Amino acid sequence: MPKLTVDGIEVEVPQGATVLQACEAAGKEIPRFCYHERLSIAGNCRMCLVEVKPGPPKPQASCALPAADGQEVFTESDMTKKAREGVMEFLLINHPLDCPICDQGGECDLQDQALMYGRGTSRYDENKRAVTEKYMGPIIKTVMTRCIHCTRCVRFAEEVAGVEEIGAVGRGENMQITTYLEKTTTSELSGNVIDLCPVGALTSKPYAFRSRPWETVKTNAIDVMDALGSNVVYHARGPQILRVNPRVNDDVNEEWVSDKGRYGPLGLMKRRLDKPYVRQNGKLRAASWEEAFAAIKAGLSGLSGEQIGAIAGDLVDVESMAALKDLVTALGSSRHECRQDGAKIGGEVASPRGGYLFNTGIAPLETADVVLLVGANVRWEAPLVNTRLRKAVRKGGAKVFAIGPEIDLTYAADWIGEELSTLSKLPKAALEALKKAERPAIIVGQGALSRADGAAVLAAAEALANDIGAISGEWNGFNILHTAAARVGGLDLGFTTPGGIEALAGEAAAGKLKALFLHGADELDPVPFKDLFTIYIGHHGDRGVGHADVILPAASFAEKNGTWVNMEGRVQHSFRAVYPPGDAREDWAILRALSDVLGKTLPYDTYEELRDRIAKDWPHLAVPGLSAPSWSALGISGAGAIGADPLRYPIGDYYLTNPVARASEVMQECAEVILRDEHRVLEAAE
Amino acid sequence: MSFDFLQDKDRIFTNLYGFQSPELKAAQARGDWDKTKALIQEGPDWVIEQVKASGLRGRGGAGFPTGVKWGFMPKQPNPERPSYLVINADESEPGSCKDREILRHDPHKLLEGALIAGFAMRARAAYIYIRGEYIREAQALQRAIDEAYDKKLLGKNAAKTGYDFDVYMHRGAGAYICGEETAMLESLEGKKGQPRLKPPFPAGAGLYGHPTTVNNVESIAVVPTILRRGAEWFSSFGRENNHGTKLFQISGHVERPCVVEEAMSIPFRDLIEKHCGGITGGWDNLLAVIPGGSSVPLVPASEIMDAPMDFDGLRDLKSGLGTAAVIVMDKSTDIVRAISRISYFYKHESCGQCTPCREGTGWMWRVMERLVTGQAEISEIDTLHDVTKEVEGHTICALGDAAAWPIQGLIRHFRPELERRIEERKSAMKVAAE
Repeated sequence: MPKLTVDGIEVEVPQGATVLQACEAAGKEIPRFCYHERLSIAGNCRMCLVEVKPGPPKPQASCALPAADGQEVFTESDMTKKAREGVMEFLLINHPLDCPICDQGGECDLQDQALMYGRGTSRYDENKRAVTEKYMGPIIKTVMTRCIHCTRCVRFAEEVAGVEEIGAVGRGENMQITTYLEKTTTSELSGNVIDLCPVGALTSKPYAFRSRPWETVKTNAIDVMDALGSNVVYHARGPQILRVNPRVNDDVNEEWVSDKGRYGPLGLMKRRLDKPYVRQNGKLRAASWEEAFAAIKAGLSGLSGEQIGAIAGDLVDVESMAALKDLVTALGSSRHECRQDGAKIGGEVASPRGGYLFNTGIAPLETADVVLLVGANVRWEAPLVNTRLRKAVRKGGAKVFAIGPEIDLTYAADWIGEELSTLSKLPKAALEALKKAERPAIIVGQGALSRADGAAVLAAAEALANDIGAISGEWNGFNILHTAAARVGGLDLGFTTPGGIEALAGEAAAGKLKALFLHGADELDPVPFKDLFTIYIGHHGDRGVGHADVILPAASFAEKNGTWVNMEGRVQHSFRAVYPPGDAREDWAILRALSDVLGKTLPYDTYEELRDRIAKDWPHLAVPGLSAPSWSALGISGAGAIGADPLRYPIGDYYLTNPVARASEVMQECAEVILRDEHRVLEAAE
Repeated sequence: MSFDFLQDKDRIFTNLYGFQSPELKAAQARGDWDKTKALIQEGPDWVIEQVKASGLRGRGGAGFPTGVKWGFMPKQPNPERPSYLVINADESEPGSCKDREILRHDPHKLLEGALIAGFAMRARAAYIYIRGEYIREAQALQRAIDEAYDKKLLGKNAAKTGYDFDVYMHRGAGAYICGEETAMLESLEGKKGQPRLKPPFPAGAGLYGHPTTVNNVESIAVVPTILRRGAEWFSSFGRENNHGTKLFQISGHVERPCVVEEAMSIPFRDLIEKHCGGITGGWDNLLAVIPGGSSVPLVPASEIMDAPMDFDGLRDLKSGLGTAAVIVMDKSTDIVRAISRISYFYKHESCGQCTPCREGTGWMWRVMERLVTGQAEISEIDTLHDVTKEVEGHTICALGDAAAWPIQGLIRHFRPELERRIEERKSAMKVAAE
């Protein structure tokens, strides 16, 4: 624990800390550009120079200098001040003075630090350097003249994202940051370089020239594009979400967010359901709420209990699902289901909560030493879980075994078989490594569970976890990787029915099921349910509305307060950023009003009362954060043998996994350019 | 003249001019690879002690005591982290041409030195990083390495010493910055040649993260002779703290430019008179000298004439011995143009990694170009000096300093000339306007 003084203030810092960290511990701000807590140290911007004694008679880069006992650091001395002014002058001589038209304006590190540490006047009379723009894909807009060569983007791509696609070419003042041959960056996390860029060199293409940071209303929210529950901020102006930025949460998303989380929500302005519709003579027509409710009442009249079903989608909050469950229960039915993809988890398959959670936890996964992936394309199903795994491999030297078709996970994995049956007869090397491991983790993807033999896979995974001792008091290595933000919440609520989606389809075919509520459910095969009286409650006119008889426009995730439970069971609240468009209303309010019409009035009149009602039956959903881990044997029912069907990953197109993302033009372009390599021919159109 | 010139019997590089064959047999006849085994059997600590006692200072420019540098290497290397010796043959400093003569005419001196030095620092192998433009030199060196392997002087049980030691040659690709020791390590690892942050120093984490020492060709090549003839012999040359013999490379306005081995601390006048046939046009025609390669500040004629050519003597003149690449300029030289050209070199060779050098070298060069024709304001001279001060000491490696020093030297000694050009151009413009 070195003790040193910073401007006369004595501080003690942990072994291995840098002088910069010591200065921060002493409450002294050190300007910096290239240094970033989550990236390796480059030490190339030279902005953090400070005077250090003992040492050579020149200022030292504090970001890279280890703090040592007895050091004296001067952050306000003449030497330090002059060094900062000099570096700032150098950074500015070739930086364009285009702040008024730069999207980084108002949140630019260079602007802020020039104000604080710069000299105020320029002595540079030569011409400024100009650099051509580089194409980096549909997400990143480049103005490379503004680049200060801090290499944060290069280090992020290489270290965190795991794609070595951004680099520097040329040397000296001709050095340029670019993607290799100006190709699109193929990372699912590429948008984060926009946040990392301390200047306006890399900015958001979709957000270009939209607004200034001080014009937008910021709302803390939870990303629902995957099941990670990334903490984000929605920046909104008027009715529109203009951009999404990550919030720091070391337990969940650190300070990153996936590209889908960042640009998927831009689809909220497109293809929206903004008024109720009813089907008349086979055609949908706009209607009033009264008409829509009357149509539902007519449609449901004469139907009894189990003839009414309900399916909840992937983006729905806990409150809405609870209200829907209450309504169908009041109507006498238990036919409610949230496992759209037919995954054999939770509910009747294995009710203990540990059976469908990511038990290890997202942050602790970094410390795993041997990992087995079972039918999980972690890179697409949860990009930020993949970065944790990558960290485990890079920093902790973890070994990864994987069952499934081989894909590029951005780190080395040992592909031990394409068939799921491998799970019950692992190769010796893999089994021994898992048994020897101190913190082994098994990660089962939805692709392995949403099959007819899903329960058998789950049982085999549990057996293996017990066999290798993956579940102990402190460490639980049994993990289910989710793709749907609503899934764990739905399973917690017991929004399941025996047999799942397949049972419902069977009953529909047999004529036992007559009416169906689709609550934002767009990811299921609509054909078995097409003849049912279908009520669609949701916000996008996607697949689910095709056979709907009544459409009730609802609020999206950004337009209501709501609770989401992420894959590790973390309860997180999200807040309303904008109001729903047109006649759309919050889901629970729609259900409450409908219940009145149907004569089964739900016992809550406000959102708070609904929350109280949830807290009564499911107390853990009322407390934000992780509840105490619990584990009991899963007692899986219906496990047979694992079939020989080829394993398929659930996500075919990373960028278009839900109705909102499908409506987002940026996500559509990403899918075309990155996944299908179809470049839009802009020149021809112009 | 009172100076004791180096006698032929005390020359280390006896085939500097290539009058004899560079091949192994001829080299052995000159005394190379003689009793190498006996030297090695004295043990690594003895070698380091001898080198320390000889007063050998690094010949690559910085002048750090070589023996001390070797002493930083781990005494008991971890078998999983073998130590390496890297020999810097990336001789790219404008004015320098001494390593080239060693490489093509006396390569076995270097190889024997590599074995002994590598043994002393418990290194597993030596990598010789040779400048890409040195094509013939690389061929000569490779031939020598092959010969040495053939005769089992290198490789397993090298020279029957029981020590396993490999030597590899690696060719650079023409970047000056790769002569910086950590950039050289990056380049050897196959990465972009950009200097590393220090600490960690190479002795702790160098090539592939293993303990590494980087030495200049000349520093290594003189070691076998020092050991054979004794540390006292080597330290009998030169002044206190500046011992030994040194290859001087004199270029520019002298009658006979040459590379010559001389005793350290030889006065400049003696060096030129004895070996170069004097200054072109006589001593009154001398304008300035850059005594240590392009990166050190120039010294005006009056100060250099009787100065001792060694590390401390030139440091006292606010310049440096550098690689002892003496660039002599007589009064026909456009001194501003000359320094401006050096500025361009540093602008062109800056790696671009850190801000002051990347942005500063271009700025300095552009101002220098205008100063050549006087197309500037008097106040810009001070601005330029201030800019050099903002680059110096603020960069990751010493290239920033190297870019700043020549300009500082120019302003220090030739400010009146810079002002004259500006005034002259101003008055000429005035006349033209009238």
